[in-house]
Amino acid sequence: MIEAAGLTKRYGAKTAVYNLSFQVRPGAVTGFLGPNGSGKSTTMRMILGLDAPSEGRATIGGLPYRELPNAPRRVGALLDAKAVHGGRSARQHLLCVAQLSGIPARRVDEVLGVVGLQEVAHRRSKGFSLGMGQRLGIAGALLGDPEVLLFDEPVNGLDPEGIHWVRNLMRRLASEGRTVFVSSHLMSEMALTADHLIVIGRGQLLADMSVKDFIAHNSAGYALVRTPDDPAQGEKLTAALTKAGGHAQAEPDGRLRVSGLELRQISELAHEADVRLWELSPHQASLEEAYMRMTNNAVDYRSTQDRRAGLAPMTEVVR
Amino acid sequence: MAAPSAVLQSEWTKVRSVRSTVWTLVAALGATVVISGLLCLLTNVQWKNIDEGGRATFDPTTTSLSGLILGQLALIVFGVLVISSEYSTGMIRTSLAAVPQRGTFYAAKVAVTGVLALVVGMSTSFLSFFIGQALLGSHNTSISDTGVLRAVFGGGVYMTLMVLFAVGVATILRSPMLSLGILMPFFFLISPILAAVPGAKIVARYFPDRAGSKIMQVVAVDDGRPYGPWTGLLIMAAWVAAALIGGYVSLKRRDA
Repeated sequence: MIEAAGLTKRYGAKTAVYNLSFQVRPGAVTGFLGPNGSGKSTTMRMILGLDAPSEGRATIGGLPYRELPNAPRRVGALLDAKAVHGGRSARQHLLCVAQLSGIPARRVDEVLGVVGLQEVAHRRSKGFSLGMGQRLGIAGALLGDPEVLLFDEPVNGLDPEGIHWVRNLMRRLASEGRTVFVSSHLMSEMALTADHLIVIGRGQLLADMSVKDFIAHNSAGYALVRTPDDPAQGEKLTAALTKAGGHAQAEPDGRLRVSGLELRQISELAHEADVRLWELSPHQASLEEAYMRMTNNAVDYRSTQDRRAGLAPMTEVVR
Repeated sequence: MAAPSAVLQSEWTKVRSVRSTVWTLVAALGATVVISGLLCLLTNVQWKNIDEGGRATFDPTTTSLSGLILGQLALIVFGVLVISSEYSTGMIRTSLAAVPQRGTFYAAKVAVTGVLALVVGMSTSFLSFFIGQALLGSHNTSISDTGVLRAVFGGGVYMTLMVLFAVGVATILRSPMLSLGILMPFFFLISPILAAVPGAKIVARYFPDRAGSKIMQVVAVDDGRPYGPWTGLLIMAAWVAAALIGGYVSLKRRDA
């Protein structure tokens, strides 16, 4: 089990992580979500004893990482798949890491088989594609057959087949009773992989609950209603719904988005107001929307629209 | 705890699996032997043109080890690469995650680098000496002459210390560009130049390469250095110890 208590990390005047406390339990995939720059990688590095926290502590199985007896056999991590010397072959890279931990050479060949890189084991890693590099990193994490696994954005750059493979790998590892801690900024992917979510924004904890609870908490249910094109009907219905305590909002495609009322009530109200309904369907706000709303205030890098005001219009086609 | 022997084995794999580190050692040996040999050959051919003063102070041992001035640059690159490539590729995070005891990790790296440097250094020194003596013809000296064995052996030690100095500095500076950008110009230009400038000479005498190279001198020359050959090597060793300790403290304290 991974435990963080009051973790804080400051770089000079900037606070990267502030007062972070959570637990990551075995037997489940725990997703660590947050926008870019929210402090996910910093937190993972502190858990692995690579960065020293300014305050607080992080422990694995009750001990800080540096005090774990034989850490590589207990904890495996994928932090940065590009952190490989390009001049070394895949096999030699894994051999270096394996030898550091006293792991025999045949294990290296085993994990290369698990991740599917046995064909290119002797090729220099400089020439690896993004997906191959990620697989090599995952292989490194699996070397010691550890009970605790940390993955920092493992699906970056993987094609759908690769993403599917990683997702299944993680679920399988978790079902074997291991502690799996995965960080990502993709909510949709996390919803499919994780059982439990820890959401972080600007270095602070935003949510710590199971995926089901997160969905229930943050995605409000609503109904989409379509009335005949006559605007008078739409207005009549909106008035009736609002009077009953609901909230109706016109959507760009002409439908009404109604929240606060059950489908049954909407149907009754429409009937009483003598409005014909062409569509009445229940919806749940997507997890993406819920997540965006939650982290809306915590995004560091926000883009603006390109108004192209700085460019003079082209009057002639340049040949 | 990561067994020290396991870490040593890993460091050895790291060095031999990367072509650049192997090539720097080959370059060090090659440059030293070739340049020393050329100088010896030239001296032999031009002997009649050398004046009395030059002939009296002529040191065949030093001449046959003179290629070191370039060979040591390749050794510096070796020492720098061994540690700074970990930072430039990001491997340092993987290494330190696998060996959280940073002291063990550092000691293993220094040990493997040091042993390799000693082997290559000794081979280079002896090879350079014997080839140089052969090329010097009748103006050569023999290994059994007073002080010659000390000089050649000392040359190997000098090379080892040079590599370890580079390792210590590179651990503190972390970036290969910065480390090389400081060490190379220093040892190739600044140190020799300052040693010739009247005022700065007094300080330049105590630079690691200036102090250490005294061990390779056999013919006693009054160059104003107030220390003997072994003391000079000790001064160099002190520099190396400071660099290595600085490297250890830096590695232990800072974020990976």
